[in-house]
Amino acid sequence: MEFDPVILSRLQFAFVVSFHIIFPAFTIGLAAWLSTIEGMRFFTGKPVYRRVFDFWLRIFAVSFAMGVVTGIVMAFQFGTNWSVLAEKTGSIQGPLLGYESFTAFMLEATFFGVMLVGRQRVSPGFYLFACCMVTLGTMFSSFWILANNTWMQVPVGYEIVDGRIIPTDWKEIVLGSIMMIRWPHMLLGAFLTTAMCVAATGAWYVLRNVHREEARVMLHWGLGLAAVLIPVQMFFGHLAGLYVYEHQPEKFAAIEARWEDETPGSEVWIAWPDREQKRNLFAIQTPGIGSLIATGSWDAPMKGLESFPEEDWPPVVIPFFGFRIMVGMGLLMLGISWLGNLLRLRGRLESNRLFLWGTFLAFPSGFIAVLTGWYTAEVGRQPWVVYGLLRTSDAVTPSLTTGDVVISLILYILVYFIFVSFGIWYIYKLLRAGPMGPVQPVDGAPGARPLAFAGDADRRQGRD
Amino acid sequence: MEASTLALVWAGVIAFSILAYVILDGFDLGVGILFGTTRDKEMRHRMIGSIAPVWDGNETWLVVVGASLFAAFPAVYAVFLGAFYLPVLLMLIGLIFRGIAFEFREQGDEPGGLWDVGFFLGSVVVAFVQGAAVGALMRGLPVTDGQFSGTSLTWLHPFPVLTGVGLVIGYALLGAGWLRIKCPGALRIWATERIRWLGIALFVVLGAATVAAMTVDFSDGLRDTAARFNALHAVLLLIAVGALAGAIYSTRALRTWLPFALTALLFLAAFATLGTMMWPYMIPYQLTVAEAAAPEASLKFLVWAGVIALPLILAYTIAVYWIFARDTETSYHSGD
Repeated sequence: MEFDPVILSRLQFAFVVSFHIIFPAFTIGLAAWLSTIEGMRFFTGKPVYRRVFDFWLRIFAVSFAMGVVTGIVMAFQFGTNWSVLAEKTGSIQGPLLGYESFTAFMLEATFFGVMLVGRQRVSPGFYLFACCMVTLGTMFSSFWILANNTWMQVPVGYEIVDGRIIPTDWKEIVLGSIMMIRWPHMLLGAFLTTAMCVAATGAWYVLRNVHREEARVMLHWGLGLAAVLIPVQMFFGHLAGLYVYEHQPEKFAAIEARWEDETPGSEVWIAWPDREQKRNLFAIQTPGIGSLIATGSWDAPMKGLESFPEEDWPPVVIPFFGFRIMVGMGLLMLGISWLGNLLRLRGRLESNRLFLWGTFLAFPSGFIAVLTGWYTAEVGRQPWVVYGLLRTSDAVTPSLTTGDVVISLILYILVYFIFVSFGIWYIYKLLRAGPMGPVQPVDGAPGARPLAFAGDADRRQGRD
Repeated sequence: MEASTLALVWAGVIAFSILAYVILDGFDLGVGILFGTTRDKEMRHRMIGSIAPVWDGNETWLVVVGASLFAAFPAVYAVFLGAFYLPVLLMLIGLIFRGIAFEFREQGDEPGGLWDVGFFLGSVVVAFVQGAAVGALMRGLPVTDGQFSGTSLTWLHPFPVLTGVGLVIGYALLGAGWLRIKCPGALRIWATERIRWLGIALFVVLGAATVAAMTVDFSDGLRDTAARFNALHAVLLLIAVGALAGAIYSTRALRTWLPFALTALLFLAAFATLGTMMWPYMIPYQLTVAEAAAPEASLKFLVWAGVIALPLILAYTIAVYWIFARDTETSYHSGD
């Protein structure tokens, strides 16, 4: 691999976006979880829901702040490293990402503040409303990101006039059929990520025999939500596969490590795809059922990479393994959540230590699924940055040298290592401490200071 | 080519947002710069407390500028960020360290330490880089086929370095004005003293920058800028110089807010001078508002973002200042 500004800029983008996505994926789910639990408190009045809510609210505040900081970096990446992309497709990507920024800041400017410090100042009904609005805001935020990315995957609703890309149909761009598959797929991914974290935290407390009442709420709700959501997610995942099959056949062939055309296709379960030899090493596969699994039809033709010019091939190894790890995590979540609910029905959920350990250790399963899913989608789109329209190698800022990007990449790695590890350590501290009494409103801490809110709550309870 | 109404509206929104950013984040960056010039723990604590409730609202305006540029003028976004690759990198890292210092400096056993260094350096770097970018824009950026065609060090020249230093001092001046309003007692006296010295230093540095622009660092861009100088610019410049002199002199007055207000007026006049000189160019003298604007279909789609979001962000900014205007000093981080 030759290190030129293109590959280094790709590495840099992958690095900063991977660290960014962890936090929004978590906060989208957390916002929904907080609204759910606040709704339960509102309708049942049980104090335990309030303690669980206050506990997760602190973690929400920290991860929201981390998401904002890493997000500001993202807002500049398109221009600094991909200025040709920004200039050529800015007419479409600019407004979509602009909407995202405005949405995120509107959210921060309004109901987020109420959620953090408004408990004593507004009525319970309005407080619940504010929680729901924050949830809606995080969902809108992801909506615009997905609209933008979906347009990069399958560009629609535009025409090219004098070499400029002009949007012609915003409805198609924003609410196209593929968008309506990919956005729910991402939302469900975020919900599952949080559900698994909530369940794992509950399991952790039961194993340590602390906060038993709150832990029970977390286990029941986390496992319950995951059990319901995971089949829906698998359905949307299947739909996402169908759109890839139809619109991005090269990516589909790479995910399946299929080198030659087949009808019907075989299903490669696991292998080492060897690009040099254009074949799979150590393959374990079942002939004849690939078409059925992918499309539901026994004899759908499956295109192999050989059908396409080699300059249009995506890398094979990352989409192939990324996809399998994502599906593996999905199956793991399915297994844990269904088994957990079965144990709950038999009244043995909190006594089966092996299961609790498994649930605890599965806390990163959602994060891993989100990351590997995105790697599959993004690496599989290569060599295009906007599929069929603009090659990644043509999109990079022309004035950049290898040295420039080496410097920036090293600096980003160093800086992110310092502050993301502190952020995660901070969240870990809050998780370890567990739920306490209710949070008092902090005088003088406005909504815009999420970390300070968490910190004040922390100090108030005699820590540090 | 004439700019469309929508393009003009968005150019206006961006100009307003830049001005809001420069004055608002300007003073909290300035407090960060002054923060590094004292070792007094109590003073540092009060300084940080004075900006803690407002700093990230202030920074929001930078994101508004970035997002609006990408959305409405993608060509400017592309050239600007390409030309300032390393400065923007430094700015982002500076902003990260500043942002997290607010929280993490309180986390250790001893407040401060490494995070305080990060807070100070981050503030200086962000201010310097923004000032240098303005200077480099005035010197002129090479653009070929709508893309920046220099190197990552094209911006590094005597004139931009001096404008960078100038903005560090200018922000510090705003910061000192803010501390004078917000922090009574010893800190007010300390800040008032700084206003005088910073004001004089700013005169010296801007003078040096002007000399550099006319001699060692003369460029095509600066020549074109000079050629555009007219009576309006002379008046605006006079206001700027008068405001700076007034800011220094008004430290004798009892009204605590006067130096801050006059420094803000200095920024406003300087901004108006630059804006009217460059008009209708967004990247002088390469890209005009009309050339850089996104297609009408994009600008139309974007209108709703502006109509809904901007008034809300504006209202939020005003509300936060309103809430914190009552107390001269908030109890934030005062250890409960």
